[in-house]
Amino acid sequence: MESVIANIAQIVALCRKEIIALLKDPANRVILIGPALIQSMLFGYAATFDLKQVPYAVLDQSHSAASTKFLAKLDGTGIFQREATLTNANQIAHVIEEGRVLMAVSIPADFAERLASNRQAPVQVILDGRNSTTAGAAAGYINSVTAGFNRERGAAAPVTVVRRAWFNPNLDSRWQIMPAMVATLSMLQTLLLAALSVAREREQGTFDQLLVTPLTPLQILVGKAVPSVLVGVLQSTIVLLIVRFWFEIPMAGSLWLFYLGLFGFTGASVGIGMSISALSLNMQQAMLYTFLVIMPFTLLSGLITPVRNMPEVLQILTYANPLRFGVDLVRRVYLEGAGLFDVAHDFVPLVVVAALTLPLAAWLFRHRLA
Amino acid sequence: MTEARSSVVIEELCKRFDGPDGEPFAAVNGISLTIEPGTLTAFVGPDGAGKTTLMRMMAGLLQPDSGSLHVLGIDLNEDPQAVQNRISYMPQRFGLYEDLSVQENLDLYADLHGVPQDVRQERFARLLHMTDLARFTDRPAGKLSGGMKQKLGLACTLVRVPDLLLLDEPSVGVDPLSRRDLWEIIEQLIEDEGLSVIVSTTYMDEAGRCDHVFVLNRGTLLAEGTPDALRRRAHGLTYMVTPRDGVPARDLQARLIDAPDLVVDAVPAGGQVHFIRQPESDETRLKDLLSDCEPQRREEELEDAFMLLLHQHDAPDEDATTPPPLASQDVAGPAAEHGDGPVIFVRDLVRRFGDFTAVANTSFDVQRGEIFGLLGPNGAGKTTTFRMLCGLLPASSGELQVAGVNLRTARSAARARIGYVAQKFALYSNLSVYENLDFFGGAYGLRGSKRRKRVDEIIQQFDLDPSAQSGNLPLGYKQRLAMAAGLLHEPEILFLDEPTSGIDPLARRAFWRTITALSQAGVTVVVTTHFMEEAEYCDRIAIQDAGRLLAIGTPRQVREESGLDGGHMNEAFIAIVEKARAEEGQAREAA
Repeated sequence: MESVIANIAQIVALCRKEIIALLKDPANRVILIGPALIQSMLFGYAATFDLKQVPYAVLDQSHSAASTKFLAKLDGTGIFQREATLTNANQIAHVIEEGRVLMAVSIPADFAERLASNRQAPVQVILDGRNSTTAGAAAGYINSVTAGFNRERGAAAPVTVVRRAWFNPNLDSRWQIMPAMVATLSMLQTLLLAALSVAREREQGTFDQLLVTPLTPLQILVGKAVPSVLVGVLQSTIVLLIVRFWFEIPMAGSLWLFYLGLFGFTGASVGIGMSISALSLNMQQAMLYTFLVIMPFTLLSGLITPVRNMPEVLQILTYANPLRFGVDLVRRVYLEGAGLFDVAHDFVPLVVVAALTLPLAAWLFRHRLA
Repeated sequence: MTEARSSVVIEELCKRFDGPDGEPFAAVNGISLTIEPGTLTAFVGPDGAGKTTLMRMMAGLLQPDSGSLHVLGIDLNEDPQAVQNRISYMPQRFGLYEDLSVQENLDLYADLHGVPQDVRQERFARLLHMTDLARFTDRPAGKLSGGMKQKLGLACTLVRVPDLLLLDEPSVGVDPLSRRDLWEIIEQLIEDEGLSVIVSTTYMDEAGRCDHVFVLNRGTLLAEGTPDALRRRAHGLTYMVTPRDGVPARDLQARLIDAPDLVVDAVPAGGQVHFIRQPESDETRLKDLLSDCEPQRREEELEDAFMLLLHQHDAPDEDATTPPPLASQDVAGPAAEHGDGPVIFVRDLVRRFGDFTAVANTSFDVQRGEIFGLLGPNGAGKTTTFRMLCGLLPASSGELQVAGVNLRTARSAARARIGYVAQKFALYSNLSVYENLDFFGGAYGLRGSKRRKRVDEIIQQFDLDPSAQSGNLPLGYKQRLAMAAGLLHEPEILFLDEPTSGIDPLARRAFWRTITALSQAGVTVVVTTHFMEEAEYCDRIAIQDAGRLLAIGTPRQVREESGLDGGHMNEAFIAIVEKARAEEGQAREAA
């Protein structure tokens, strides 16, 4: 028992030193809070798929009451903004290429005639496909406007679809992105902090001084990992508060489970960061490696694009990506109110990653030679 | 016409920098001097004297804050390029391209200086011959030893014949043999080509070879003159004394150094103590101090004059960078006695990195309470040996016991019994003195009130300011803090890696005074150094070269083994290494 207490006291001494060293530097203190605060505000407002404005061009060759009515419906949505009124078809290519408009609506000369004789009246819509997401959304909007136009004319559709989106009733993409940011934003800093922790000591020569103390690699590992995990969870908390109270996205699940998930996720991230750190000989290398892994981790996490859409090989590879399961965990607990049983499978890869990388880092402390 | 002019004229030159604590300090503070053409001139002074700053200003690489500077008759402020076209400058760390071969480095620098092709071949051949690098022209510069790199740097600097050659500490970190070769090259060039050379150095024997010497300290010029004229300043003040049987020379030296009103400086040398007395010291008190050992006059050396000048300069105001030495009773010894027998036991120790053998078949013992010195040039394997002793590096093979514990099986237990002071300051710079000591106390398993008591105790013993930020401490105090951290847990053995490199002679005296005090308190001390004269402080020394242990024993035994009785340790070292290399050469030929 005595030896266990002695053991823990040594680790506590190291944790305290790490935290003092971290907080003493004024620049560090700002970094702990600033980026999480600024980035979550930034992404909350800026990173959205919701199409709020569609600039478009019109080529109305019909010049009839019907075509005017159709266009008035478009303009009346508040989403479509007419940027240009064209006079011949050759101008379409130009306005789209320039990026002035997202789409061009071309109404043929016989539009009114066909409607009057109850025949089908095609309207051509040319979309800028360079951004498929916005083009698809714009096409969806114009479809629903056209459906409304048809209904008013009494052309009943045989089947109508009534949409009801669960967990995110308005399909607001902010709801999809922001809870995931609780995991994503803290990851970069947690990784970087862990990656620099040993590399900095190696570069400044203090690591040797640490290694000649009776501290075992395991004690050094725990003493260095705990402060990094705490910082990671603190950053997540900042983002969580902003998501919940500034953007007012309601939280459906249990806070305890949410934090359990965060600890699991941050632990795995710190494991990867510590391995990078133990492998690097100086801070420059550590930073380079960190930026090398952070990009694929983010893009292949399911944050933006679903993991299901990836090639099978990549899907298997993403099991090594803690962010994939971190994002899944926080999203499901936050939006859907998932219970421990529902998300338990997310913990497995996180624990496996931590269980492999943390001991690897501890082993490397003594075996990675300059 | 340039021959008639002075090569360098400096008037009231000043240059200020921002210190680590944000306070500006004057690296060069109002220096005026004139250097004659065709001479070999030395700037000597401890680190921080302003030698490098002065050199860089003369090379036009640094703008002075005030004062005027003419080199080769040209005002550097007006036309630095014109000066740079006519001088060659070799910085302390010459910019060799480590991945390029010796020949490619030479070609590159010849291209950069626009040396015509027809002159090159003859020039290269001569430089390669002089530096003895002709055999290695295909070898990448990064794979050369420290001494060879320095020679190559000199060769690259001399691809063209300059009107003035500036060498900034060319021999720093170079082993004694390469140092000797380097100086032979410089002297030969002066003879053959009538070069004007300005060289900065911390070594007095090098300054003694020059025509004219400028002594600098903390940005000011203390004295100038020929080596002989400077030497005579210490005339009549230099003595040597032999301690009584059984008393280590360093104990007597410590006593002398503790009486600064009587003795300016004292060093152990060849079993005796060399000292400089204060000009107006009291005869009877001096006699008391020497406890009836009869002092004898000895001829003054340049080193004596230099120490005298430094002391006179530093004495008036309290020097913040050099802490006062610690007296023996202040220093805590190891917690308990741990029986007899060797405290370090090394047998057939080998360390290989790939196919390179850094340490080959090394065996030695260190006795309890000894001061044991590991001597050798950079790359000799002493750092590797040292790191294995401290448990920082596993051995490839061999047996290694430290403080009675086998390092291969119980490393954590062995580490608890040793203290380690790294060459570079290796505590946390942004923590305070107290926070650092508190952390290391915790890491060594001290807890609660015991830890607080011990930390307070050691802060008092080492006279440290607990709230000062460690990174901003002056060098001498940084080292003191590092030693305090190494001694917190009252270890049996204290390991010190190159503790005196980069600190000035006064701080070195203070450092060794502390080591003597620790030794008197019963701590075993293992120390590495490339200053050969520091071997005199040790009870026993081991000399390493190219991974092999060449000699081991008391300083006297080692000197006798070299066949140069009474000589300087430097010469003994050169003799031993040359003998070993010659034997190896013969063995290779025979095979």
